[in-house]
Amino acid sequence: MKTEDTNKWEYAPSLEGTKHIQLKEKYDLFIDGKWVKPNADRYFASINPANEEKLADIAWASESDVDLAVKAARRAYVDVWSKMKASDRAKYIFRIARLMQERAREFAVIETLDGGKPIRESRDIDVPLACNHFFYYAGWADKLQDAFPNRSVESLGVAGQIIPWNFPLLMAAWKIAPALAAGNTVVLKPAETTSLTALKLAEIIEESGLPPGVVNIVTGHGDTGAAIVNHPDIDKIAFTGSTAVGKLIQKATAGTRKKVSLELGGKSANIVLEDAPMDQAVEGIVNGIFFNQGHVCCAGSRLYVQESVADELVRKLKQRMQSLYVGNPLDKNTDIGAINSKEQLETIEKYVQIGIKEGAEMFQVECEVPTKGFYCRPTIFTNVAQSSVIAQEEIFGPVLTIQTFRTIDEVIQKANNSPYGLAAGVWTDKGSRIFNLTSKLRAGVVWANTYNKFDPASPFGGYKESGFGREGGLHGLEAYLK
Amino acid sequence: MTAQKPLFSQVPISPCVDKVGVEERVARFQTRSIKGASKLQGLSMVLSMIDLTTLEGKDTPNKVKQMCYKAAHLHDAYAGLPTVAAVCVYPSMVPIAKEALKDSTIKIASVSTAFPSGQAPFDVKKMDTKFAIEAGADEIDMVISRGKFLAGEHAFVFDEIAAIKEICGTKRLKVILETGELATLDQVRHASDIAIHAGADFIKTSTGKIQPAATMQVTYTMLMAIRDHFDRTGKMVGMKPAGGISTSKLALHNLVMVNEILGEAWLSNEWFRFGASSLANDVLMQYMKQVTGKYQSADYFTLD
Amino acid sequence: MNILKTYKIYIGGQFPRTESGRFYAVKDQDGKAIANVCLSSKKDIRNAVQAARKAFGSWSERSAFNRGQILYRMAEMLEGRKAQFVEELMQQGQSLEHSKIEIESCIERIVYYAGWCDKYQQILSSVNPVNSSHFNFSVAEPTGVVGVLAEQSSGLIGLVSQLMPVIAGGNSAVLIASEQLPLCAITFAEVLETSDLPAGVVNILTGSAIEMLPTLAEHMDVNALFLSNAGKGLTTEAQLLAVDNVKRVVVKDEDWTKESNQGIRYISSFQEIKTTWHPIEQIGGATSSY
Repeated sequence: MKTEDTNKWEYAPSLEGTKHIQLKEKYDLFIDGKWVKPNADRYFASINPANEEKLADIAWASESDVDLAVKAARRAYVDVWSKMKASDRAKYIFRIARLMQERAREFAVIETLDGGKPIRESRDIDVPLACNHFFYYAGWADKLQDAFPNRSVESLGVAGQIIPWNFPLLMAAWKIAPALAAGNTVVLKPAETTSLTALKLAEIIEESGLPPGVVNIVTGHGDTGAAIVNHPDIDKIAFTGSTAVGKLIQKATAGTRKKVSLELGGKSANIVLEDAPMDQAVEGIVNGIFFNQGHVCCAGSRLYVQESVADELVRKLKQRMQSLYVGNPLDKNTDIGAINSKEQLETIEKYVQIGIKEGAEMFQVECEVPTKGFYCRPTIFTNVAQSSVIAQEEIFGPVLTIQTFRTIDEVIQKANNSPYGLAAGVWTDKGSRIFNLTSKLRAGVVWANTYNKFDPASPFGGYKESGFGREGGLHGLEAYLK
Repeated sequence: MTAQKPLFSQVPISPCVDKVGVEERVARFQTRSIKGASKLQGLSMVLSMIDLTTLEGKDTPNKVKQMCYKAAHLHDAYAGLPTVAAVCVYPSMVPIAKEALKDSTIKIASVSTAFPSGQAPFDVKKMDTKFAIEAGADEIDMVISRGKFLAGEHAFVFDEIAAIKEICGTKRLKVILETGELATLDQVRHASDIAIHAGADFIKTSTGKIQPAATMQVTYTMLMAIRDHFDRTGKMVGMKPAGGISTSKLALHNLVMVNEILGEAWLSNEWFRFGASSLANDVLMQYMKQVTGKYQSADYFTLD
Repeated sequence: MNILKTYKIYIGGQFPRTESGRFYAVKDQDGKAIANVCLSSKKDIRNAVQAARKAFGSWSERSAFNRGQILYRMAEMLEGRKAQFVEELMQQGQSLEHSKIEIESCIERIVYYAGWCDKYQQILSSVNPVNSSHFNFSVAEPTGVVGVLAEQSSGLIGLVSQLMPVIAGGNSAVLIASEQLPLCAITFAEVLETSDLPAGVVNILTGSAIEMLPTLAEHMDVNALFLSNAGKGLTTEAQLLAVDNVKRVVVKDEDWTKESNQGIRYISSFQEIKTTWHPIEQIGGATSSY
């Protein structure tokens, strides 16, 4: 076989431009339609995880700042937003969606700079989905009664919303859009490592002419979030993040009138049967665990492969992984960007070590990663048991565990054998089998012959310790209505 | 080639193919951004992989001669450009092309087996092939019997390919599946597996007479069949998307697919070809844009 | 001389005594003992949850039509034993008129929820028009094992109003009966037992709410709690204990005698929405226009 005269073909860097991006050196809090300094005059740095350089200083809101924001939200709710004609409310939300679309590229670049995700994802997935979410819910604002024809619909009041760092803008959209459509006002806290796109969104909200106080963005750390959760004048807490923090919130709101929705962690099973469309399954596995560096609550982190095809599938998966580009998130060809923070990288590395200690067999893509910044090569573990720690705990990184199974009953049991129940994947060509599996898997989202798909019209949320309440679709409105 | 006769019973069961998944995968290839030196290298590879084609009822010796000249002189205004890989013509034009290209390394490919429909008696198809080879063809582009394939007579299709391969001997055989008539990717995959196991040196998407032709989805599916065959047997099979690839962007995305699915071993005209009649000039214009920094005009690139 | 009935508890389709061996006497308005009732313990809760978990799978997978048949059968059985329930309510100090009304309401409520069994899915589910080539739909699925603290101020209507939406929706239940008015709860268990309801779908315990609710609330295999007028202290305590497995805690402090306090919202409180995606293949240029 003649192979010596072949051409090695590597893609030259193709960097997304950053010149058109407008970032301030310092960001204050967005309260009551104005940018206000935090009372304690404290700020913290937001860094670019891809090169550890500082991007901006971000205000650290204290209890008194949160109180100011809640008061503004309450005033706006009572005086303006709850009285406004629903169709006018819709128009404001539509307007926000349009303004976001117009600045889509800027949002994408900032999202990538701040969070480390590949520009391809922020450009093609995060930002368009965020815009679409506003579009989708804008239209609901004057149709709430049609959504719930058998009861009278009423908004809740002031919603406190706390969002994670894995999809900063998208999660802000998931929270704000339905809340506003249902007639509530909002105090939103972005995650401390990824505040920038939420603050850019605040600029757009300002530009949209939304009445002051309807949306307030308070940045900060955990204590800022706690101040929101504990504020007595908040009617609703919506949280997306870890199950541990979710439990704290559930505890803190016990005995209060606050309505709570939680979208928490997961350890979702992705199941490949022997009659699956194998190459698409490989793609779904890659998409399931390596999308957004595996920082996805519904990541398909537990792979179950029918034993008869396990060797072939794992071989194909390894082959596919070799064509993943790990590196500068701003490079349009990057598939896997930077891990969001040093802390998270350490957590992932800790789990990788646990996996090795547990005797699992590790495979990592052989590729260079930048020396500065936080990077983790895509990693899979074979020879894993259900009892392995790495198969039970949420790693929140590009680390996949692979187990084999023999029968469908066995895999349903194993897939459900988890405190979580956020998502699941099923790969088979047989329709009746799909329905059998999808109906028996205890998870809020089931992807059959696909994985990690999201849409504003599609309800999302978990069973069991993955939380309660749904976001997206008609069902997502319910979380913001009495 | 193994000395043993290939057997239809040895064709593996083809995996099913999910079209939506394929579309998503293909879209990912299309987001690859090829810039700078990689682009020049890619464009140059594309030129060297072209099977410059004329397959018309109105083909004449002069038309073929002119095209052959172009094949060897893509753009003489700029030195250092490769020639195309081959010219692809009807059997009756093989002697003309042979003569026109006698001083070059450009291969002569001839379509055969009652191209493009393949609706002729088996003996006619064999004669067609023999004629082309005796006239000097280096490569044979045969069509499969889509009618038989769709009627479920897969063994017939297999045997036909195997018989034509036997006639070809050491000449390389490209098997055209005419994917536009097979309708589903499952069928494309199945036909690919049959062709590969029956002895195809290359599998090729289309005749160029039927739409859709070489879509990226189809090419992807066929590349996966080649990949699986290689992983199973260690034997390389070539790939030729043909028809519908007329821009350098699309050509580069096809190359990206080959690069990421099959790897660099396939990145030469020994294993990958583009069947095209109008691709070369677009690639040349892009190439010169990269070199000069200026957008180009078609008036400066010869039409043959 | 009348014999004093001993009321047992209902676990897994059986009527055992509490494993703790403890009892308490239920008295009439004059302070006269009318019955001995089990003072159930933590272990009874454990056994009941086990039974409920075991029953959940097959109950939730029964056809909706069949669940409706079984609920309707309950109403029929209750109808046939009206007199006994009226008598028990009266023993516990309720007037004849009120007792009759309460039983009638209970029967109506059961029939009402029987009718919902094969309908709520159509109201709660949706087909979602996603922006890609996928078929996407959301369906309601039962939450799992639901712990129910029955309304303490009523003998039967609270219990029925809470239990029916839970089981109509395919959940299984562990119910703590009214501490002071427990007689009808156990007699109702006898109705359930004769209504083709599979063993373990409903389990009924009598005893101290304050003692039992925390065990139920912190039980890691209970998926949801349903409280009604339990008081701020007990409600908050249950909410706090529910956190460890992120239980859904549904608090409905309603007046269950009102007909307005029935509805699909009580069913949907114990449903999870599951969204399923599947690709739609578009072949060639063929469209469905004709």
